[in-house]
Amino acid sequence: MAIEIQPERAHEPGGREPAGPQRLRPWWARPAVHTGIAGAVIGYLFGHWLGNFLGGGYEQATFGEENNMAIVLGYVFATIGWLAGLGVFNDAGRFLAGKPFPEIEHEPAGGLARYFRLTLDHKVVGIQYLVGMIIYFLTGGLFAMAIRTELLSPTYHLLSPGIYLEVVGEHGTMMMMMMSSVVLGPFGQYLAPLMIGSKRMAFPRLEALGFWLTPAAFVILLSAVLWGGFPTGWTGYADLSVQATQGMDAYLVAFGLMGISMILAGFNIICTIICYRAPGMRWSRLPIFVWSMFTVSFLQVLAAPVLVGAFYMTITDRTVETAFFTPDLGGSTYLYENLFWFFGHPEVYILALPGFGIVSEILPVFCRRPLFGYKVGAAGMLGVAILSFFVWQHHLFDSGMDPDMRPLFMLTTELISIPTGFIYLTAMGTFWKAKIRLTVPMLFALGMYFNFLIGGISGVFLSDVPADTTSHGSFFVMAHFHYTIMGGLIFAFMAGLYYWLPKMTGIKLNERLGKIQFWTMFVFFNSTFLPLFALGNMGMPRRVFEYARNLETLNDWVSISAFLLGGSILIFLINVVWSTIVVRVPETGNPWNSRGLEWQVSSPPPPENFARIPVVLSGPYEYGVKGALPVADLNPPPGLISSALAASGTEA
Amino acid sequence: MAAAQAVPASAARREPRHGLRIAVIWVVLSVAADLVIWFAWGPHMPPGDMSSSAADQQFDFNVLAVIGAPVLIGVWTYFGYALTVWRQKEGDDEDGPGYLPGAVRIQATWIAVTSAIVLGLAGFGTYELIAPAGAGSGQGPQPAFNNGVLAAASDTSWSPNTNNILQVQVIAQQWLFTYRYPQFGGFETTDLVLPVGQQVRFNVTSLDVVHSFWAYQLGVKADANPFVNDVAYTTPKQAGGFTVRCDELCGLWHGAMYDYGKVESVPDFLNWAHSTETQLTAVTKTLPPYALIYTPSEISGLAKFYYQAGVPGAGAQYYGPQYPAEP
Repeated sequence: MAIEIQPERAHEPGGREPAGPQRLRPWWARPAVHTGIAGAVIGYLFGHWLGNFLGGGYEQATFGEENNMAIVLGYVFATIGWLAGLGVFNDAGRFLAGKPFPEIEHEPAGGLARYFRLTLDHKVVGIQYLVGMIIYFLTGGLFAMAIRTELLSPTYHLLSPGIYLEVVGEHGTMMMMMMSSVVLGPFGQYLAPLMIGSKRMAFPRLEALGFWLTPAAFVILLSAVLWGGFPTGWTGYADLSVQATQGMDAYLVAFGLMGISMILAGFNIICTIICYRAPGMRWSRLPIFVWSMFTVSFLQVLAAPVLVGAFYMTITDRTVETAFFTPDLGGSTYLYENLFWFFGHPEVYILALPGFGIVSEILPVFCRRPLFGYKVGAAGMLGVAILSFFVWQHHLFDSGMDPDMRPLFMLTTELISIPTGFIYLTAMGTFWKAKIRLTVPMLFALGMYFNFLIGGISGVFLSDVPADTTSHGSFFVMAHFHYTIMGGLIFAFMAGLYYWLPKMTGIKLNERLGKIQFWTMFVFFNSTFLPLFALGNMGMPRRVFEYARNLETLNDWVSISAFLLGGSILIFLINVVWSTIVVRVPETGNPWNSRGLEWQVSSPPPPENFARIPVVLSGPYEYGVKGALPVADLNPPPGLISSALAASGTEA
Repeated sequence: MAAAQAVPASAARREPRHGLRIAVIWVVLSVAADLVIWFAWGPHMPPGDMSSSAADQQFDFNVLAVIGAPVLIGVWTYFGYALTVWRQKEGDDEDGPGYLPGAVRIQATWIAVTSAIVLGLAGFGTYELIAPAGAGSGQGPQPAFNNGVLAAASDTSWSPNTNNILQVQVIAQQWLFTYRYPQFGGFETTDLVLPVGQQVRFNVTSLDVVHSFWAYQLGVKADANPFVNDVAYTTPKQAGGFTVRCDELCGLWHGAMYDYGKVESVPDFLNWAHSTETQLTAVTKTLPPYALIYTPSEISGLAKFYYQAGVPGAGAQYYGPQYPAEP
C-alpha cells in the first residue's frame, strides 16, 4: 500500500505559499528572455577571452583563424550566462544564503509574459516546449527542403558541396537532437502529472532548466553556419570531426547541451512517476502513455551521458590536443563509433517509444473499448528499452570491428522486433469489433501504424548482415529511419497534438483542415520516402550531392513529393494559427469523451491541476466494460487520505 | 495475422466469421505477393548477381522480402478490414464491447509466432553470413568468416586458378580511391580491374578519415579506417563495369568520391596487370613499400608538409595545398 499513499505525503495539501514577500520590479529588471540574452552575450565574450587566454598557445590544427578553445568556452559561458540571466540560479543562491524561496509556483491564469521566463509550473513549461519543438521542427524541415532542391539534379547546381554538407548536417542534427524531446517535452511535461493525479512535477526547477537549455542548443547549433558548418552530418564521426573547422565546436556544444537537457528531463519524469502518483494509481492502472514516458526517461538518463562523454573527448581532442580518436597518436576511430552508437541506438528508441505511447493511448478512446493486452503493451515498451542497449554495433557491420560479434548483434537486433510487435498486437486486439471513430487524432494514429510497419520491416533487412552490406549507408537506411521517425514519431506527435491541444489550451483545432493535413501529409510522406528504398538499393549513398544519372527521375519525383509534404506542414501551421489565434472555438470539456484522468478536470486545467488529490478508482481504458467504476474520485472526502495514512502507520 | 486466426469463431455467432474472412484475404494477397516477389522481382533485385557476394545478398533480400510481405499484408489487411467493417454507425454513441475473450491465448500465440519468425531469421542471417565468407562485408584485419576462402599462398605473385587468392589493396583518402596490386610488383593505380571467376581479397585502408569502399554491383562494402586493414572477399562472376562509391561521409567532396571498376576475362586482366606493372615501374619505386596499413606522417613528401606547416598533434591529418581541393 505504500505506493498508493506516498503521493499524498509528497504534496503539502494545496501546495505551500511562496515564502517571503513578492518584490515587484519593473518589467525590464525581472529575469526573462531579454536578461537571458544579455547574460549570453556577456558570457560569450568572457568565455572567448578566457579561451584565448588559456589556449592561445595551442596551434590550430585546421585552417581556421580561431582558437577552438575560445569558441567552446565562449559557447559554454554563453549558456551559463543565458541561464543566469533567466534566473535559473536565483533559488539555489537563496537556498545557499539561507534565505526563503518559493516552494512551488503556480502561475495565475492568463498572461503571455510567463511563457517568456523561467516558470516552475509544468503546464507552462509544456507549452514552452510545444512551441519550441514546433519551431525546431520547422527549421529542420526547411533544411530538408534545401537538400531535396539540391538533389533535383545529379550534380551540384544550387548549393556548393560545402554548403550542401552544412545543410545535411544541420538538418540531421536538428531533427535527431532536438526532436528527441518532441513528445517528452510538450506532452510528457504537461500531461504526465495530470495523468497520474499529481499537482506538480518532482523537480520543477530541473524541468525549467531542461527546457531553457533547448533554445541555447538550437541557437548554438544554427550558429555553426557562421563558421562554415560542420562536415560530419549528425553522427560527428571522428576523426573527420577532429579535422573539421570551428562549426564542429558548435555541433559538439549544442548536442552536448541537449544531452544534458535529456538527462534532466528524464530524471524528473522518472521521479515524478514513481513518487507522485495519486492514491489508487497503481502500476497496473498507469496510462500506457505514461509507461512510454517512463521507459523513454530511463533511456535518456542511461544513454545521453555516454554521448556527453564522447563529445567531451572530441572537444578535448580539438582544443587541447588529446588523442582519444586520433590513430596517429594511439587513439581509435572505433572508440568514437562505439561511444556514439551506444548512445545513438537508444536515441532511436527515444524517438520511437513516445510515438508508441501516444497512439496506444489514443486508440481505445476512438475504438471505444479497452486497450487490448495493456500489460503486454507496457512490457513491450520495457523490452524495447532494455534491448536497445544491446544492438548498437549493427550500425558498424561493415566497419571491420569485431566480425565474430555480428551474429550476436544480428540476433539482438532482430529480437527487438518481438516487443515492437506487441505494440501492433495491442492495436489489432483493440480494433477487434470496435466502434471506430475516424477523428483527426485517430487518422494520424492509424497513419503511424501504417508507416511504422514499413519502417520496422525494412529494419529487418538492415539487421541481416548480407542484405545490410548493400543497404548500409545508402538511401535505404535513410528511408528506413524516416519511416520510423517522421512516419512514426511525427505522425504520433500530430495525433497527440490534435488530441491534447483542447486539453492544453481549451481550443480545438479545425477538423476539416486537420483532415486535409492528414491526407496530404500521409500521401506525400509515402510518395517521398517509399522511392528512397529503391534509390538506396540502386546504389545511392547518403549525404552525397552527386548521384548516377539514371536515378534522376526518381530523385526528382522524391523532391517534388517532399515539397508537397512541406506544403502539408504549412497546412498544419495555418490550422494552428487559424484555430488558436483567429477563430478560437472554445472546447473546455471532454470533447473525445475520454476516460483519461487528465480529461476529468477542466480544459485548460486549473493552476493547481486538482483541487484535492484524486483517488483513482479504476483503469483508464475500461470503455464498454459493464460495471466499470469512474476513473477517479476527484473530490474525496476531506481526511480520507490522511486517515488511510494514519491507518497504515505512515506519517502524513 | 496471428491474432486474426486465433480469434475463436464462437465469439461471433450470428455475425460473419471475421477471422476466417481476414485469413482468406490475407492468404490470397500474400501468396500473390510472394510469387511476384520471388519470380518476377527477385531476379532483378539489387545488387544483382555480378559476383558471388552480390548474389548472396540478392538471395537474402528475396528471402526477407518473401517473409516480410505476408507480415506487412497481414497487418494492413487486418486494419483495412477493421476500418471497413467496425466503424461506428451514425448516431450510435454507445461504447464498444468490453474486454476481448480469449485474450491470453491470442497473446501467447502472437508471441510464439513472432518469436519463431525472428529466431528463424536470425538463424538464417547467421548462416548466410558464415557460409559465403562474410557475404562481401568488411571483416577487419582478422576475418572471422573465411569459409572456402583460398589461402594467401604468396604475397608477391599470382596466377589464375591456383590455391592463391588475388589481393587488391584499396587505399582511401580524401577524396579518391587508389588500388595497389601487391602480387604484381605493388603498383598503385586509380583503375580497379578484376579477373572473372577468381577469388579476390580486398584489403581496405585509409590514409586520413573514415571512408567506406562500396563496390555496388560486386556487393562489397568495407569501411576504410586509418591504421586498420579491413578485409572483404568476393568472386566476380561476370565481366563488365561496376561502380565504386565512398559510403561513409568523409568531408567536402564525399559526394564526388566515386569511380568505376572493370571485371575482365583472366587473360585480359593479366595483360592489363603486367603492362601496368611495367608502365608504372618508375613510379612504384617512389612509393612506400607495400604494407597493410600506412602511416601518413611517415610518407615522404607528406611529412615534409607536416613539419613545414607546423601542424602538431591531434588533427594533424590535413594534407594541404599540394593535394587539390577539387579532385
